[in-house]
Amino acid sequence: MARAVTNRHKTIVTIAAWIVALLLFFPILYTIVTSFKSEQEAIAGFNLIPSGTLESYTAVEEQSGYFRFFLNSVILSVGSTILALLVAVPAAWSMAFSPTKRTKDILMWMLSTKMMPAVAVLFPIYLIFRDWGLLDSRIGLTVMLMLINLPIVVWMLYTYFREIPGEILEAARMDGATLWGEIVYVLTPMAVPGIASTMLLNIILAWNEAFWTIRLTTINAAPLTAFISSFSSPQGLFWAKLSAASTLAIAPILIMGWFSQKQLVRGLTFGAVK
Amino acid sequence: MATRQTSTLARFMMAPSVILLLIWMIVPLAVTLWFSFLQYNPLNPIRDGFIGFSNYALFFKNPAFAASIVNTLVLVLAVLAITIVGGILLALLLDQPMWGQGIVRILVISPFFVMPPVAALVWKNMIMHPGYGVFADIARFFGLQPVDWFASLPLTSIIIIVAWQWLPFATLILLTSLQSLDGEQKEAAEMDGAGFLARFRYLTLPHLARAITVVVLIETIFLLSVYAEILVTTNGGPGYASTNLPFLVYQKALLEFKIGQASAGGIIAVILANIVALFLMRAVGKNLDK
Repeated sequence: MARAVTNRHKTIVTIAAWIVALLLFFPILYTIVTSFKSEQEAIAGFNLIPSGTLESYTAVEEQSGYFRFFLNSVILSVGSTILALLVAVPAAWSMAFSPTKRTKDILMWMLSTKMMPAVAVLFPIYLIFRDWGLLDSRIGLTVMLMLINLPIVVWMLYTYFREIPGEILEAARMDGATLWGEIVYVLTPMAVPGIASTMLLNIILAWNEAFWTIRLTTINAAPLTAFISSFSSPQGLFWAKLSAASTLAIAPILIMGWFSQKQLVRGLTFGAVK
Repeated sequence: MATRQTSTLARFMMAPSVILLLIWMIVPLAVTLWFSFLQYNPLNPIRDGFIGFSNYALFFKNPAFAASIVNTLVLVLAVLAITIVGGILLALLLDQPMWGQGIVRILVISPFFVMPPVAALVWKNMIMHPGYGVFADIARFFGLQPVDWFASLPLTSIIIIVAWQWLPFATLILLTSLQSLDGEQKEAAEMDGAGFLARFRYLTLPHLARAITVVVLIETIFLLSVYAEILVTTNGGPGYASTNLPFLVYQKALLEFKIGQASAGGIIAVILANIVALFLMRAVGKNLDK
């Protein structure tokens, strides 16, 4: 009897959950479906079964050189993440293993820099970029994205590193390991999973950053965020092309995101919710 | 001896991060503060010079300013309300045993990973378009007049899009928190005859309190600076109907080149963000002590 009730309950929950999930996912699903339609099909009314044509994908590449923007997104997000890790790993390491009285204050201060609204520094940054010839350059934007995400990277690494037992380091020290020896042979292998998670989340954040990437680029360094924004004043039929460009722009991040749900919670709540 | 060496090295290892963030935070902000006291127009530099607090006065007097502050607050509060209430309900639903839980979770979390311009343009063209959108198809199916969303309800439309992006985030955080709720406590409450509502009110909600606080504060920080969603849909219009503070500052700075006024607006945005930040830091800091 109890068994039957549980099963009925489970069936109801399953149906309700799937309905809500499909509703939330619908805009993404419909974008993917529309990307396989022709432009005429795309405006012919609601239809979930596309003809399967790939003409929108080829059109997006041929007319606007889609791949360049994609490549810029990859370069900017991966580049800024690696740069941020190079700076943040030593800092997080020292805060996790040689904490001082001020460590907590420094961490909080780093977090506070993340809260500065971008518009507050828009013009000074614009001027600096213009005067140094960094406008529309990959290097300038990579550094920019690195600075934006640096506080989150330090924080995430810190919460991971803090979980590595200190006794292991002490043991290594007793065995005569130098500081750099400790880092290379003892700490790094244990820290790799944390670093990998941090990297994943940071690539997602950098990929989707849509203020500086739009304002500081025109063509050469423009990533997908800027390219997709150019669809806001369209000419002619473009639903299917917009869908194809959007599908390609979100697919890699969607897949990475699915694998990083746990790290996402941790990284974006600064360890406050686990 | 060894410790002193270590602590020197520790400081040395921390230096790059600290120095970079210090420069990144102080220099542009100081420049903005300085600009906010200047008459500064690159297109018309004849009258440039120090004018004290006039920019702030001008910014406050501009009718767009009051509209943008109201829009900013409405946007933040509406999205918060939708995502917190919706997030709690969704988290409670997803926390129950079901078939295909993994896939459901993936579907629910997905909107969060969609970059803002894509989210906004997909909603604008494929869902809310008065001629070809899905909403219009549904309206026509029921014999109703399709709504021209961005013309007649611009701010509401943006709220819907932004809420769609952030509901998954709230759900995920609240679900994570829900799953750490002690099962034995729940069972004990059930055995004592506490109904669903009583359990929710006295057990679940207090447990979720911290996660809700964190969601509210983090979302507020991001929602205070919504930009791309407005840029690609309404461009702030019609009139100032969907202009928020960041968008107004952007217009003043890069479209009208009224740098002084834009800088004053930027400083106001900083003050607004700082008030929120103060609360967030307290919440996160509390957790650090544990």
